[in-house]
Amino acid sequence: MSVAILRQGEYVIASILSDLSDTEVLELRHELAEMVGRHRSRGIVIDVAALDVIDSFVARALRSIVLTARLRGADTVIVGIQPDVAIAMVQFRLNLEPLRVALDLDEAIALLDRLTQGDAVDGG
Amino acid sequence: MEDEVRVAITTDADLVTARAEGRAMAERLGFPRPDPTLIATAISEVARNIVVHVGRGEIVLKPFEDAGRYGVVVIARDDGPGIRDVEAAVRDDYSGKGGLGLGLPGARRLMDDFEIDSSADSGTTVTMTKWRFRDELASLREERRRRA
Repeated sequence: MSVAILRQGEYVIASILSDLSDTEVLELRHELAEMVGRHRSRGIVIDVAALDVIDSFVARALRSIVLTARLRGADTVIVGIQPDVAIAMVQFRLNLEPLRVALDLDEAIALLDRLTQGDAVDGG
Repeated sequence: MEDEVRVAITTDADLVTARAEGRAMAERLGFPRPDPTLIATAISEVARNIVVHVGRGEIVLKPFEDAGRYGVVVIARDDGPGIRDVEAAVRDDYSGKGGLGLGLPGARRLMDDFEIDSSADSGTTVTMTKWRFRDELASLREERRRRA
């Protein structure tokens, strides 16, 4: 599979390494849902910088990953949307709610830290 | 003038090839960013329609160039059962099989010209074109001519 998935503490980081077929996108969704459960991860970062195209199928799959992970207790941050891809998504009018995005990995981790810290405070 | 490129579409892996070919042709013709990405995204949608709804078809990419402008014509062709209601298929709220109905209206917004020819006998052909004037001035003149 053209995605490298690794664990860093409570987080799972999935780096997409090349353009993905639809089948590979669905495999990624499955793999991430599994990993969040297996390792009790609190957060997921998906690096999409290698994706040349984010069309309706990929956008829907990303949303579905976010919603699935949320039901499993994890927040998701998408990083690295290419500028041209961002323009195409806007012109296409793809609905990205409730995607959280960050510019790079460091920013994504900082965002997840804030999100999961909030949970910890709420939980006493 | 370069030749057309044909990509047979039978599985979702062929979408990756079709997108890459479309992007490469747009770049060879000199399309500025972000156009190659817009074209590749539109190709992805019409090619996926073939895989999901019919299972077999092809994408033909044709370059065109004349003195004033250049472009890419994308033809997505299948001999499936056709689209029952073409008008509805390009509306934003239409939900076909397995989709949110985003594909065709989205692809249309990414391209300049967009046409669907569909019937139960001859299948479906989507023809869409992205084109550019060779210079900004030509583009402004054309715009003024259209308004007049």
